[in-house]
Amino acid sequence: MTGEPLLRVSNLSKLFGSRIGCTEVSFALWPGEVLAVVGESGSGKTTLLNCVSTRLEPTSGVAEYRMRDENWRNLYDLSEAERRFLMRTDWGFVHQNPADGLRMTVSAGANVGERLMAVGDRHYGRIRSTALDWLNRVEIAGDRIDDEPRGFSGGMRQRLQIARNLVTSPRLVFMDEPTGGLDVSVQARLLDLLRSLVSELGLAAVIVTHDLAVARLLSHRMMVMKDGRVIEAGLTDRVLDDPREPYTQLLVSSILQV
Amino acid sequence: MVTPLLSVRDVAKTFTMHLRDGAVLPVVLGVGFEVHAGECVVLGGPSGAGKSSLLKMVYGNYGVDAGQILLQHRGQPTDLATASPRVVLELRRDTIGYVSQFLRTVPRVTTLDVIAEPLRSRGVGREEAQTRARALLSQLNLPEQLWSLPPATFSGGEQQRVNIARGFVTDHPVLLLDEPTASLDAGNRAVVVEMIAEKKRAGAALLGIFHDEEVRAAVADRIVDVTAFAPRRAA
Repeated sequence: MTGEPLLRVSNLSKLFGSRIGCTEVSFALWPGEVLAVVGESGSGKTTLLNCVSTRLEPTSGVAEYRMRDENWRNLYDLSEAERRFLMRTDWGFVHQNPADGLRMTVSAGANVGERLMAVGDRHYGRIRSTALDWLNRVEIAGDRIDDEPRGFSGGMRQRLQIARNLVTSPRLVFMDEPTGGLDVSVQARLLDLLRSLVSELGLAAVIVTHDLAVARLLSHRMMVMKDGRVIEAGLTDRVLDDPREPYTQLLVSSILQV
Repeated sequence: MVTPLLSVRDVAKTFTMHLRDGAVLPVVLGVGFEVHAGECVVLGGPSGAGKSSLLKMVYGNYGVDAGQILLQHRGQPTDLATASPRVVLELRRDTIGYVSQFLRTVPRVTTLDVIAEPLRSRGVGREEAQTRARALLSQLNLPEQLWSLPPATFSGGEQQRVNIARGFVTDHPVLLLDEPTASLDAGNRAVVVEMIAEKKRAGAALLGIFHDEEVRAAVADRIVDVTAFAPRRAA
């Protein structure tokens, strides 16, 4: 586990007028590492995710990314075209609501194939067989390939969104409450799927969640946010089993035991 | 003098309970002991003395306030107490294993995969990892029809055997055992005692908690009395 990180975030702040979105956040992420960002609604975790994934421009701070050519680039100095290319190829973004990450009126196969075409694949047969392979990996039956995701259940839509994101072999995936709004049994299936895909593919991931059980299951490290600041960070099981900060202790003690 | 595989030096730990008006609960103070290759050191003392907490500190699951936890990691002493999360994960993958009291199950993951996982994370192929998992499960007498099921619904004794298999499947040089025989019948206790002896012969350093006197007498080379590290209670 030596070697260089993939992403380095330093002193990132985002203000909305005088209101703090997130402030003075710094962390590094290594290949194959899953970082969970936890906190209540309004803690700034989604703002942080949106800044790091360049969907929002921060007020100050730097996020540097090691590109495939090994050059480090400040994400906020990239041109719009470069950012879009990164988003479509080397990165994935899994939204809480699959409808935000899918095109609901084109087929499941096309949703997956579209990302391949964006990176220049033009061979129809190959695109279709890759799409089929990915539907299979996310446990969607092959005979649904020509169906639109409008007719899919919530859990299927979320799995399709994951396939769409991973088909281009990204190195970094951002996830915003990927299991939010799903039934518990559907969540369990999705978590197991995410867990195995992340380790098989050696993905780096930043996962925003308010669910500490999701953080425990998926992440190696976690950051706890409150009022826009990271108040505690460390190894996931250390933070959850030996929380230091008053707020983290409150969060951990608020989990319902089954 | 041979370098110990695990050396705990002057470790101290308190819990500050912010939800109890910042009550400070001292756990241990001035903890120091060593575990060498081929020996099993048992933590002794009554319930509440801090034995399990100490084991969790040595695994990096609990942080410490002071002191060093030195592990021989790839021929270098590495201080787990101050190591970054990434280094702790690396230590756990390659150097220090842990059989916890309770199994934390993951939905849908089969028993065989639960046990094979520590090997898989070290790059062992699925086939070989599962073969070794099967061998351990037979040794521990876990019925074969359970192997392909997720262990969430297993009985306490069955889950404990899955946990033991997961901890013993690798050849970690340091292995922590938190009451691994607590829910086992006499036959399976004897199996675990023999597995511990095998680990010692293979040169592993073991640190454990065993309440069962018979098991403790059979495996312990030395007993470290944790009450010796009891801090004076704050008024």
